[in-house]
Amino acid sequence: MKTLEELMALRDAAKAQMTTRDDSSEVTRIVVGMATCGIAAGARPVMNKFVDEIAKRNLKTVTVAQTGCIGMCQYEPIAEVLVPGEEKVTYVQLTEEKVAKIVLEHIVNGKPVVEYTVGAIKK
Amino acid sequence: MYRSHVLVCGGTGCTSSNSQKIIEAMEAEIKAKGLEKEVQVIRTGCFGLCALGPIMIVYPEGCFYSEVKVEDVPEIVEEHLLKGRMVKRLLYEETVTPEEIKGLNDTDFYKKQKRIALRNCGVINPEDINEYIAYDGYQALAKCLTEYTPEQVIQIVKDSGLRGRGGGGFSTGLKWSFTAANQADQKYVVCNADEGDPGAFMDRSVLEGDPHCIIEAMAICGYATGATEGYIYVRAEYPIAVARLQIAINQAKQLGLLGKNIFDSGFDFDLHVKLGAGAFVCGEETALMTSIEGNRGEPRPRPPYPAVKGLFGKPTTENNVETFANIPTIIREGAEYFASMGTEKSKGTKVFALGGKIKNTGLVEIPMGTTLREIIEEIGGGIPGGKKFKAAQTGGPSGGCIPAHLMDTPIDYDNLTAIGCMMGSGGLIVMDEDNCMVDIAKFFLDFTVDESCGKCTPCRVGTKRLREMLDKITDGNATLEDLDKLEELCNYIKDNSLCGLGQTAPNPVLATLKFFRDEYIAHVVDKKCPAGVCKNLLSYSIVEDKCKGCTACARKCPVNAISGSVKQPHVIDTAKCIKCGACVETCKFNAIIKK
Repeated sequence: MKTLEELMALRDAAKAQMTTRDDSSEVTRIVVGMATCGIAAGARPVMNKFVDEIAKRNLKTVTVAQTGCIGMCQYEPIAEVLVPGEEKVTYVQLTEEKVAKIVLEHIVNGKPVVEYTVGAIKK
Repeated sequence: MYRSHVLVCGGTGCTSSNSQKIIEAMEAEIKAKGLEKEVQVIRTGCFGLCALGPIMIVYPEGCFYSEVKVEDVPEIVEEHLLKGRMVKRLLYEETVTPEEIKGLNDTDFYKKQKRIALRNCGVINPEDINEYIAYDGYQALAKCLTEYTPEQVIQIVKDSGLRGRGGGGFSTGLKWSFTAANQADQKYVVCNADEGDPGAFMDRSVLEGDPHCIIEAMAICGYATGATEGYIYVRAEYPIAVARLQIAINQAKQLGLLGKNIFDSGFDFDLHVKLGAGAFVCGEETALMTSIEGNRGEPRPRPPYPAVKGLFGKPTTENNVETFANIPTIIREGAEYFASMGTEKSKGTKVFALGGKIKNTGLVEIPMGTTLREIIEEIGGGIPGGKKFKAAQTGGPSGGCIPAHLMDTPIDYDNLTAIGCMMGSGGLIVMDEDNCMVDIAKFFLDFTVDESCGKCTPCRVGTKRLREMLDKITDGNATLEDLDKLEELCNYIKDNSLCGLGQTAPNPVLATLKFFRDEYIAHVVDKKCPAGVCKNLLSYSIVEDKCKGCTACARKCPVNAISGSVKQPHVIDTAKCIKCGACVETCKFNAIIKK
């Protein structure tokens, strides 16, 4: 270890591995429904895709959590995206391809993917 | 990247209640469910809430499971980690409200705490240097070596107002400046981790939960005082702490944070771990250094002070673990930040090990100036069984007790000294109405009699005589004159002993005499122990009216001291009775009384 910059680089790399433990209100949460209905409809690959995409893009303030049955079993797999200070967005009938698009457009660029939300499906 | 982190406490408390087996079961179960790429299990240091161990926190939800058993592991993995449903029955009851799950920091135990020395305990994996660095570790060392001169570092520590947390309360910055002022070819830094007070375990928890912060602080101290070598003197009874320290030192060496030319500054620093055999006197600084040198751990007269002639005859700075644990934060956040907490003359926070008659046994770190009432009633959760608070012992065998009427005293160095107590290392033993204060004094005297190294007469012989006088009191053979003699001997030992051990040994007696003289008088004059503890002053008897003659007590009595026929009142033969109390517990009619 020769410089402060070297230490800071090491810190940032280590910190990225520990976002999961950050419980401050600054963190964007993605909550995937993982009840029997969700799992049967393919929620596990969907959740893993979220984790992979976040890791790939090195997003430091995003965590992925699971929850039980959200209540609309026919629309599973379902995920809710909670950006601090914004309205909750509920995505339904997810696939891995849809997840990639949601992470890019909603999480990175801040524009929810309206056509995948529960509102669009119900119409 | 792992989507979920499971933190399991690996402190000594939780380890002894099987947390290691829980970690192993957890890892096996996670593997069986194919989640090993998604969930990471981490063994941390102490969370502080030892009464509820083994403790587990699952992130990102941050949910706090308490009293987890190995049998609960499959349910946690199946329900929480696989299906995302928290296992409600294991949640710490204080975090569960009808509406939501509260964060841990909002619970009574944690909300009044301010964690500086314990900031990483229960948060990071102490065996992974990267996690320490992720939480800003080694930045303070980098700052010192690349931006500050040694004089500036000492000035920051002085300005922070930090005082020695081992008991003495001497200004840390001043201590460093004394060593820095002495010229020598070799100087040393010593960390006193010989935590010997019964009931104190904060130093152990820091070493177990955050060993790198001690390494960083010692290197900073070395830079400030001109020392290139350090020793950590830790007791061999702390195997987890020793192992983690060794791992931490090796990791720091690999990254070049210990060794030659750290941060390209030309500063070299190396650390050694030295195991102590557990003698209480080795916590005294001169005895500790004598022990590191390989000699019998005995104190020597001061002056010369260690800053002039310390370890191996060279200038040495010695600080306690908790003192060092505050250093990185002081350097990183600045002296003003640290000095903004606490009271006028006692800055920062203090860690207390809560024990005895208290609901939340464990470790708490609070700003100086918090009152004993807040610690016991709010953070500690009060006394179990609805009993009345009687006193709290601070400073272990060197300290004194704080009685109920002084519960609102803001705790800092000077206030405690003023009421005849001392901060000590921070053991806080809570006593209720069932504790006899004479018996408590005797307990601590027992300890100092055993631990006196024998070098000086006032301590070696004096503590033994004190102990005999207390025996005389609890046996009911003492007179009021003996109480005066007791006090006189206490003061003599205080004034004439060679080191801190002897000088403070009479404190428990003096403090109890001061605040609970009525209890001493009850023992001496009435030949009674008001709390019903001192066996020789107790007698058990059966109330004739209440006894139904069920014979339960007679069958239970180990010495056959109870006689009587079926359905007739029984009697206790007081000559045979050994006062074990087994009959009282057996009797369903409350017919047996002790007085």
